[in-house]
Amino acid sequence: MSVGGSSLAGIQPNASLVGDDITGRLKRATDESKLVKGLLIGTSLGFLTLVLFVPLVAIFAEALRKGIGVFLASFTNHAALSAIWLTVLTSAICVPLNVVFGLASAWAITKFQFRGKSALITLIDLPFAVSPVISGLIFVLLFGMQGLLGPWLRGHDIQIIFAAPGIVLATLFVTFPFVARELIPLMQEQGTDEELAAVSLGASGWQTFWRVTLPNVKWALLYGVILCNARAMGEFGAVSVVSGHIRGQTNTLPLHVEILYNEYNFAAAFAVASLLALLAILTLAAKTVVEWRVRREYAQALEPTGAEE
Amino acid sequence: MSTSRTTRTILPGFGLTMGYTVLYLSLVVLIPLGALVLKSGSLGWHGFWAAAWNPRVIASYELTFFTSFVSALINAFFGLIVAWTLVRYTLPGKSFIDAVIDLPFALPTAVSGIALTAVYAQNGWFGRYLEPLGIRVAFTPLGIIVALTFIGLPFVVRTLQPAIEEIDRETEEAAASLGANRWQTFWRVILPTILPALLTGFALSFARALGEYGSVVFISGNMPMKTEITSLLIITKLEQYDYAGATAIATMMLVASFVLLFAINLLQWWNGRKFRGAV
Repeated sequence: MSVGGSSLAGIQPNASLVGDDITGRLKRATDESKLVKGLLIGTSLGFLTLVLFVPLVAIFAEALRKGIGVFLASFTNHAALSAIWLTVLTSAICVPLNVVFGLASAWAITKFQFRGKSALITLIDLPFAVSPVISGLIFVLLFGMQGLLGPWLRGHDIQIIFAAPGIVLATLFVTFPFVARELIPLMQEQGTDEELAAVSLGASGWQTFWRVTLPNVKWALLYGVILCNARAMGEFGAVSVVSGHIRGQTNTLPLHVEILYNEYNFAAAFAVASLLALLAILTLAAKTVVEWRVRREYAQALEPTGAEE
Repeated sequence: MSTSRTTRTILPGFGLTMGYTVLYLSLVVLIPLGALVLKSGSLGWHGFWAAAWNPRVIASYELTFFTSFVSALINAFFGLIVAWTLVRYTLPGKSFIDAVIDLPFALPTAVSGIALTAVYAQNGWFGRYLEPLGIRVAFTPLGIIVALTFIGLPFVVRTLQPAIEEIDRETEEAAASLGANRWQTFWRVILPTILPALLTGFALSFARALGEYGSVVFISGNMPMKTEITSLLIITKLEQYDYAGATAIATMMLVASFVLLFAINLLQWWNGRKFRGAV
């Protein structure tokens, strides 16, 4: 992108005498001076350092403060291991369920015309507008002791709140839109031409889905899965409300961090936190790699039709 | 995009996928949210107001809105500078910095909370140098603002980046050749162009801050009337088995965030961008 050159090229032959002056003036007015530029870059980096970089480094530094022995010991006890297990389990349930939903809803919304489509899309995005604590609260109101279904559940000896099912439900709610909202815009852009071609050539619905649609959206799907998994493993507020905070039973990793921290066991709290921070860094790395693949899927979706709008 | 879809499509699977979508949406999202509405309705007008509008709750609303607003302002200001730097300048490690902007999205809020506390507490990395200057961050509203700034930053940067990329450089050149200096060009040409994106980023950051819990509770100190945010108050009510109180306050917050969501949609429509937006 040689911006600036394009329009200048037109002027310069006519104004060769004053060319340098115009170039200089335009440069001054379309680029910041060195001083301003330096100031802006300095402010940016300074702000990011104070708000992002130092806190990130602090997690690992605090985790290793009492030595590698204490660090490792933070993971080898029953409470930590069971928190890891419950976190992985929750994500292993929520991500596939939301993938199936994401694919189904994207197929229905983008391959067919029906009334109330935009209302449906708004409803799918709804959990993003609900704060974490309220996301947990609604399940307490539904399944808690005094909840709507509470007496019935107690009668049948089923426990949802303060137990693993509540954690899974709350996580399902907060991660609900992630996959769908990555797929819907892309599939909307891709239209139905390829699927229609496949079906008219005799492919069944499943074959069309597996061989045409899925390969076309695989990177966007993976992107959605990465985001969904990160949130599923890291959700704190919603899970905190529905979990009984029972050590070794209903603790996920973020809740385990909170308990350790509140017990002033800072080294262990930061050790467990560093595991989650590592997961976040991996998520960012994977996200960066997958992001440009998704952009290519968009570019390909726009290509065959040629004209925009 | 140009295919006319007025005719009936031959693609299969509408009934199955639509049915599943509606069923799953109802089970996971609509019915649980309905429980909140139902419970809220059962409180009666007086019960609802008594729970949702008393001094301690009002203090939490004021604190939550004030700190969210200030942090969104801080993010709008610095986020604009960060986005500008990332789009317009070349600097070493830019793609790394760009990726790290999303850290607050990826990092579990509890981890952000204890990390920020470690840095800004009285004896923390920065806190120990701020304390002699008379600046206390942790366990004050300032600490809440720091946490909310951390959480909200990516919303502003990610909304602004594409808007700055799309600025037509030729308009800037036109302004310049008509005699505008850089500051005038920024103020009269660039800022009006990116204003919708800036406002959207501000609103998204503000909305996220209103409901934030995890990153705030560790640094805020949680003193009723002073540093108790609304999300925390809801949890406190729940722990006391005051379901009515928790529900009433939650309903107020939910209404506030829906109003904001509506405003954000209007802004995004103004912005003319259909699919971009922070996660």
